[in-house]
Amino acid sequence: MAPEQWIAEHKIPVGAVMAAVVDVVRKHGLGVFDVITDSVGFCADGLTTLLLDLPPLLLVVAAMAGAWFLRRSVGLAALVALGLLFIINQGYWNETMATLSLILFSTVFCMAVGVPLGIACAHRPRLAQALQPLLDLMQTLPTFVYLIPTLILFGLGTVPGMISTIIFAVPAPIRMTQMGIARVPRSLIEAGEAFGATGRQILWKIELPAALPMIQAGLTQCIMLSLSMVVIAALVGAGGLGVPVVRALNTVQVDAGFESGFVIVLLAIMLDRVCRPKDSAS
Amino acid sequence: MSEGINAALEFRNVDILFDRGNRRGAIEAALARLDAGETREEIGRALKVTVGVAGANLAVARGEISVLMGLSGSGKSTLLRAANRLNRPIRGEVRIGNGLAWLDIARCDDDTLRTLRKTRIAMVFQQFGLLPWRTVRDNVGFGLELRGMAPSIRRDIVAEKLELVGLANWADAHVHELSGGMQQRVGLARAFATDADILLMDEPFSALDPLIRRKLQDELLDLQKRLKKTILFVSHDIDEALKIGSRITIMREGRIVQTGTPDDIALRPVDDYVAEFIRHMNPLPTIVAAAVMRRFQDLPRRPDGMLDGGRIAIAPDAATATIADRALAIRPHGAWTQGALCVVPAQLSLGEIIALRQRSGLPVLVEVEGRLVGLCDDADILQALCGEARFRAG
Ligand SMILES: Nc1ncnc2c1ncn2[C@@H]1O[C@H](COP(=O)(O)OP(=O)(O)OP(=O)(O)O)[C@@H](O)[C@H]1O
Ligand SMILES: [Mg+2]
Repeated sequence: MAPEQWIAEHKIPVGAVMAAVVDVVRKHGLGVFDVITDSVGFCADGLTTLLLDLPPLLLVVAAMAGAWFLRRSVGLAALVALGLLFIINQGYWNETMATLSLILFSTVFCMAVGVPLGIACAHRPRLAQALQPLLDLMQTLPTFVYLIPTLILFGLGTVPGMISTIIFAVPAPIRMTQMGIARVPRSLIEAGEAFGATGRQILWKIELPAALPMIQAGLTQCIMLSLSMVVIAALVGAGGLGVPVVRALNTVQVDAGFESGFVIVLLAIMLDRVCRPKDSAS
Repeated sequence: MSEGINAALEFRNVDILFDRGNRRGAIEAALARLDAGETREEIGRALKVTVGVAGANLAVARGEISVLMGLSGSGKSTLLRAANRLNRPIRGEVRIGNGLAWLDIARCDDDTLRTLRKTRIAMVFQQFGLLPWRTVRDNVGFGLELRGMAPSIRRDIVAEKLELVGLANWADAHVHELSGGMQQRVGLARAFATDADILLMDEPFSALDPLIRRKLQDELLDLQKRLKKTILFVSHDIDEALKIGSRITIMREGRIVQTGTPDDIALRPVDDYVAEFIRHMNPLPTIVAAAVMRRFQDLPRRPDGMLDGGRIAIAPDAATATIADRALAIRPHGAWTQGALCVVPAQLSLGEIIALRQRSGLPVLVEVEGRLVGLCDDADILQALCGEARFRAG
């Protein structure tokens, strides 16, 4: 028997173990997953419905005002307004709203988890070291691989799409927050200490404000990564701009493919311009 | 404990070591070697432990400016930062007096430490250490904010301190809109705002250009006359130290080699290391008229009974003076006019004497408590510049 044959015959059960783990989790935690599926799905779909109930033009005006309020730039407000009108014109308004609500939910979740975790990593190098390979894995493991267990656990619909999106996007805010906090100049922290700041005061009054541009960059990245997942989210049954892309792919429709593609890019540009940190803007 | 009444801050046998290798027991081993008299190099090489400060004893009296000097790496910052425990001494005490009792800041609990930092000890940093996203006002109010003081009360105090440092019109500016000198004034105002009585200043003016540096030194001296803080000041500039220090401490390789008044340091350096600092000082602002002048009592007499001051002759009672038999008017410094002899106080600096000599073309007379006691002419000034007078200074 050739050695490689022997090696091949004694296969280490990597895949089998993972499958068994998923199986156990499914059997014993089914209630939990159902609750998550129902509640998150309810909220996300609820938000989509709410957005769709409002008159589109009212939302366009609101988005324009919001963009101006955040950035004080007439050009940007005009870009947002024209972009949204173009989306209405192309007939992708409903899909855009579904995608927006999916992005909103996954981004809020990613930031809520990512920022505190990033802070913890910056303060505890050991934790950062331990987390590093996991974060690498989350960003490099092909999405379709973890799509399979997500489907088993959460079924088809918005929630598995959102979970894949989160797994892919959450490392960005964790890393950016960690980097931002770790780069706060030692002298500023010492200034805080010298005036008697507590650990919490140093975090809130020095570290977080100093790291804010980085955290904001993490937010922008997180949104962009979420947006890049819309097609995959559509594959597992989440609504949104991915759906027409998948449909166009299946029916080989060049025009529909480009239309929805443009709308995704347009949405990305608008979100990026509104959310990116101020210093690197313009 | 009555000893707390004079000194506000006292270092007692302070050793500060930095462990670079994180090897267990390295610090203890280093202390043992330090006690056995090994040098900083030997300990550093053998154990990967840096001796920042060793065996430092220093008392800073209430209301004085005590300057730490030394070459780069001599441990000035390390010692200064032990005063608010940014560096924690491995051994020894750092005592803060409140007039009644001592508190050892090196060993007190965290709450006490924070209270001391909030109320007793403030710090001014070389690179200013201002928070760039805050306005000048919010930077100055930072210490008060940490105490939890209400914004309305804070505002008044901040306005007062900004007035003090001459930045009242800049309260709403952001830090980056200010020049370096103005930024350090913000740093000063922030330190004053907490009403701490002890001020730690680590080369606060080193990042500024020489003109602004001198201006801020003058302002600090001016403020100190009114505020009477206890100041520990790190400098690597002997002129700055002589100018603002009421006491100067020279450090070398983590140890204090001499502590004394500027005169002690300038006139009685304990070794070549200290003398080397003095050799490089700028005589113009440091040497005073009293050290430059020839005293009337040392002048020879001319046949006609007048005192012989070279080109100038002076009556024994110093009431009149003549040059080439022409009588000259004698005027005090403030009321001097061209053609008259100028009378200056004994504490006037050599630089100003030279300026007066240059403008009048005449020797300068020196008075002590309203009595004329000596004169400075070209020969005296040159001699002072050559260093002859230096060791008569003070
Ligand atoms: N946090 C630290 N960790 C390790 N070593 C330190 C630390 N702080 C200071 N040192 C070392 O202690 C020694 C004294 O440094 P210190 O900063 O007190 O010197 P200094 O007299 O202030 O010099 P300079 O004029 O350059 O500011 C130096 O050898 C320095 O490398
Ligand atoms: Mg230093």
